[in-house]
Amino acid sequence: MENNISWREFTITRIVRAAGYSAIGFVLLIFFFLLREGLPALTEVSVLDLLTTRWYPTEGFFGLLPLITGSLIVTLGAAMVAVPFGIGTAIFISEISPRWMREFLKPVVEILGGLPSVMLGFLGILIFAPDLRVMLSLPTGLSALTGSLLLGAIAIPTVVSVSEDALDAIPRAYREGAWALGATRWQTIWRVTLPAARSGVLTAVMLGIGRAIGETMTVMMVTGNAPIMAVYLRALISPVRTMTATIAAEMGEVATGSVHYHVLFFIGIVLFVVSLVVNITASALIFRQRKRSERILS
Amino acid sequence: MKRRKNYRNLTQRFGFALLTLIALLTVIPIVAVVAYIFYMGWSAISWEFLTQFPTDGMRSGGIMPAIVGTVILTFVTTILCVPLGIAAAIYLSEYATENRFTRLIRLALITLAGIPSVVYGLFGLGMFVIFFQMGTSILAASLTLAIMTLPVVITTAEEAMRSVPQAFRTVSISLGATGWKTIRRIVLPEALPGILTGVILGLERAAGETAPILFTGAVFSLPSLPTSLLSPTMALPYHLYVIATQVPEMPLEIQYGTALVLLVFVLGLNLIATIIRSRARARRQW
Repeated sequence: MENNISWREFTITRIVRAAGYSAIGFVLLIFFFLLREGLPALTEVSVLDLLTTRWYPTEGFFGLLPLITGSLIVTLGAAMVAVPFGIGTAIFISEISPRWMREFLKPVVEILGGLPSVMLGFLGILIFAPDLRVMLSLPTGLSALTGSLLLGAIAIPTVVSVSEDALDAIPRAYREGAWALGATRWQTIWRVTLPAARSGVLTAVMLGIGRAIGETMTVMMVTGNAPIMAVYLRALISPVRTMTATIAAEMGEVATGSVHYHVLFFIGIVLFVVSLVVNITASALIFRQRKRSERILS
Repeated sequence: MKRRKNYRNLTQRFGFALLTLIALLTVIPIVAVVAYIFYMGWSAISWEFLTQFPTDGMRSGGIMPAIVGTVILTFVTTILCVPLGIAAAIYLSEYATENRFTRLIRLALITLAGIPSVVYGLFGLGMFVIFFQMGTSILAASLTLAIMTLPVVITTAEEAMRSVPQAFRTVSISLGATGWKTIRRIVLPEALPGILTGVILGLERAAGETAPILFTGAVFSLPSLPTSLLSPTMALPYHLYVIATQVPEMPLEIQYGTALVLLVFVLGLNLIATIIRSRARARRQW
């Protein structure tokens, strides 16, 4: 009996530990399979050819620059939407709104986070792009700008929830101290609470950007899908194509093992590395903040 | 002095007005979008629409196989990911000490949560579809979705277990229960609402995703329902993508109807999670 119990404890500990370590295993597996299918691209197409400005796979042109700049410009636009609106909403929810309003606002923002990206793309095509085209009198509504606005909406819930957590974590004593010194609520938010939550808010922005870079369906549906170099600011109102959209749009049509197939996986490697860097930087920021506040408060 | 105070009040008023405006501009479109889809899609919903196969190249008939496909995908994903996710959360919350390996696991979870969904699709294609020769199938798509959902489930389940007071465990152990018995009889039941909320929110995301199933299991049209885990399937999000972009002269009514069904599916999961959470919070005594 005694033995039986300890044997069971032993097995369960093993199983549970294996489950915990499986997360590391999955990351390695994902990386391995991306490399396995993507690295051959480097021998079939030279690195220099990958760094050209022409993406025309059926003719053998595999320049990634238009896709990279496309991703950058759409993500930049999305950040310009998501940062002010996300942080503003977070401050409003955490610092200004009365309790009943907060109970209403938080679930609504959560709903936006749960909306499938394909649905935002769908609304983008049917409503948003035509309206934007008429409003700005553009040749087409399917442009980087439309993509940026919708992508910004997708990133907002991430920015809101992470920055709100950061603001909530600021001890009430900070605010009370500022009020006692005669600061208005606005001054307290602006000069005390927000600076104290700085690294958490920065993390929120990073995670939001990470979300935007990786978003696929919405951008594929509304950015017009033209792999053109986006160098000048006017690229915002012209069609572009992102790295994610290229994979999603073309993978269905390529032959397994072809050069084009390998290059698409190579783009996947690039995306994997970029998201890795963004997310790890973001979490390192939180970690640093925790250490700093522990130092201050002790 | 008086003027200075007025100036400060003015700044505050202006600032608060601006933030209120920003919050409204964020929230109102969300409500409007949801309402609009209900408004536009409502007329398409009928018993036939929900239970029939599509006809005339998707332009009429129902979307039943897409609904069934999404239900199957979500269900298989749950079976694959929930046991593993909860086991991993038990390890992180109850067994793991803070050492280098535990930090590595946390780093891996952050990484998994951040990988773009289309990269999961590539991975699923490379590993399950091609390497393990599952072909484009429900199994390959569900495995891909399960790995994508795993970090959400693990993180929220761990948080739920950690919020169970340490005293509960101490008392259980002191009454002679073993470690596992304590977890099974005390920690898991107490943490259950939190775990369920996390699982449902993870599944909500999995159910709405298109990119990961694009090359691993979704097809545009099927003559009959999938017969095994190795058959491909239709799915609501993919169906919406295709009828919105690839089918010429697609009736708007059916497009909005499909969007509405997907929205109800996702919002329904969200609502269940919210209810579980608020009921657990109301009942909690610690």
